[in-house]
Amino acid sequence: MMPRLKQTVEHIGVPRLIIAGFLAIIFVIAYLTDMSVPQLITDSLVRVGMNGILVLAMVPTISCGVGLNFGLPVGVLSGLVGALISMERGLAGFPGLLAAIVFAVPIAVVVGYLYALLLESVKGQEMMVGTYVGFSTVAVMCIFWLMAPFKNPELIWAIGGKGLRFTLTLGNHFGKVLNNFAVFQLFGVKISGGLLGFFLLFCLLIYLFYRTKLGIAMVAAGANPVFARSAGIDVRQMKAVGVVLSTVLAAVGIIIYAQSYGFLQLYMAPLMMAFPAVAAILIGGASLQKATISNVIIGTILFQTLLTTALPVTSRVIQGDISEVARLIISNGMILYALTRPTGGK
Amino acid sequence: MTQTHDKTVESRPTVSLDMRRMILTNGVPILFLVLSITMALVAGLNITFLLNEVVTRLGRNSLLVLSLLIPVTAGMGLNFSIVIGAMAGQAAAIAVTYWRITGVQGFLLACLLSTPIAAIAGWLAGNVLNRAKGREMITSMILGFFANGIYQLIFLFLVGPIIPLKDPAMLLPQGIGVRNTVDLINISQALDKIWRPVIGGVRIPVVTLLVSAGMCVLIGFLLKTKIGQNLRAVGQDMHIAEVMGIKVDKTRIIAMILSTVIAGWGQLIFLQNIGTLNTYNSHEQVGMFSIAALLVGGASTRRATIWHAIAGVILFHTLFVVSPLAGQRLFGVPQIGEYFRVFVAYGIIAVALALHAWQGRQVRRQEIKEAMLTE
Repeated sequence: MMPRLKQTVEHIGVPRLIIAGFLAIIFVIAYLTDMSVPQLITDSLVRVGMNGILVLAMVPTISCGVGLNFGLPVGVLSGLVGALISMERGLAGFPGLLAAIVFAVPIAVVVGYLYALLLESVKGQEMMVGTYVGFSTVAVMCIFWLMAPFKNPELIWAIGGKGLRFTLTLGNHFGKVLNNFAVFQLFGVKISGGLLGFFLLFCLLIYLFYRTKLGIAMVAAGANPVFARSAGIDVRQMKAVGVVLSTVLAAVGIIIYAQSYGFLQLYMAPLMMAFPAVAAILIGGASLQKATISNVIIGTILFQTLLTTALPVTSRVIQGDISEVARLIISNGMILYALTRPTGGK
Repeated sequence: MTQTHDKTVESRPTVSLDMRRMILTNGVPILFLVLSITMALVAGLNITFLLNEVVTRLGRNSLLVLSLLIPVTAGMGLNFSIVIGAMAGQAAAIAVTYWRITGVQGFLLACLLSTPIAAIAGWLAGNVLNRAKGREMITSMILGFFANGIYQLIFLFLVGPIIPLKDPAMLLPQGIGVRNTVDLINISQALDKIWRPVIGGVRIPVVTLLVSAGMCVLIGFLLKTKIGQNLRAVGQDMHIAEVMGIKVDKTRIIAMILSTVIAGWGQLIFLQNIGTLNTYNSHEQVGMFSIAALLVGGASTRRATIWHAIAGVILFHTLFVVSPLAGQRLFGVPQIGEYFRVFVAYGIIAVALALHAWQGRQVRRQEIKEAMLTE
């Protein structure tokens, strides 16, 4: 009995059990304090759909051997530029959203390729360099936002006629178009079929990608570069494919995030975007070498539900906003756990 | 390493090769020296103002940068978790302010108080990093973020109800948690004030600079002792060190403890110069700015000396002072200067890390070439 229990615990993973336990406690408190549990679940699901694709962006870099993509802001910024071009043209609704993605993807491909070239030359330090490349790109783009040639009065400062605003409202553009699409109720829980469907569609696309020849070659290059090279796979090129794919997913991810949030946040907002995504996939059970789509889905659900429910529930028990502190401790604790695991490899 | 190779190559090394090697190995400080001078010219700064700023910042930041040296020697890379040391220093500063102990005594007591906190934190950090061999840097960075969460938990939620600090002037209105800013009037400039002569229009905080110099000597001495030898041996190759009978894990933990303790004192020197404590922000940038400074001085993740630290502080902070002004001059929008400053700090680390990785390849390639020439 005991070894079997131990095996099960190992299979599910200690951190997942702890966080699931946390969640259970939170929902019990919510139920006991007469909070609307369906409402909490509704909010959590929105957050899952909102952040899902950003978490999905971690999968390609992990499986191609680059590790966690701490340079996620690079892709996020490409997505923001795409969204801005769509907004500048005054597009709205689904065409606006689609245009944003269409404009963002080519930018992300180019930027991602350059980023891949850089990572190739700093082999072994990809995560560290990636973090700081992400940070410095955010700073460069801050200057770009101030100087960018956007003319739409909705986007730029009212005074001076130059420079984009800190936060742009998406209400007149593509705000919430997916969130409000195909909404249905289930046991009092409002589910946005559009938002969650879009997330699951991307999960499916990535899943299918890993079934193609290219996808299999990429995984092989990440898992065992020496073997892959002897099998005639261009490891360098496969890494580039992984990084570009991750950057593109980040670009699409931020557009979905922004449409769900209703606002496009510029300037320093993307700075720390990589960390919640990294934490989520690790909570889902990924390691530095291996990540699957199920890691993404489980991790996003656990982490985002925790974040969404922690604030309203704990505020009934504890004075002050402890959720921000909890987020810091849990997400970074999770990353630390992954980094210090003996199976983490070299 | 490179010097021994120089000796083996007898016939070939020409002047041009030496020049190239010098530029290759000192590329980063040369680049930033050129950048600083260009920007200073663009900004059209008053030289006395610039000197004043740089000297003040040299006193303020040296110790924090020096705290990075020991882990680099021990092969653990750049220790981003010196922020934990800084947090220990801040906790001590808050305590001293609460007890209203003023002047140099207050400052020294704060140093004394921060030492055990930093030592314990350093011991914990060392244990964590021992489990993440090969990716110490990213782990130490995340460790810093994690510790920031713990720090906020303590100072936002535990101070008041659990930790007995009952000064309403220091607490948030609801009586729980320390205020966002704490006026460190008691220890403000405690060290700087002792003797601060003005030479040629430049105000020199002699005692602060002497403390930093003393720490340089101390670290230099430490690295010559048995512990220093062990640190270096571990830094060169953990497996060989293990075979030699050195306790690798213990040595690495010692490196982290020393680094964290020095960082705690460094933060106190920083705070006494600034005079106010941003309870939840003052420590956040410490790791990043110190590391940026050390890298600008020409250090790498594998090799860092006292001279790298000093040159780095001077170069980085010159750039830090002139870049916003240069940015403003060039583009005219005041905010651009501000973001440019942020970019400089982040970009320097990215560029330096990338340059060193690239440089490592170039030097290795050249060594192979030379080895082939001697064949």
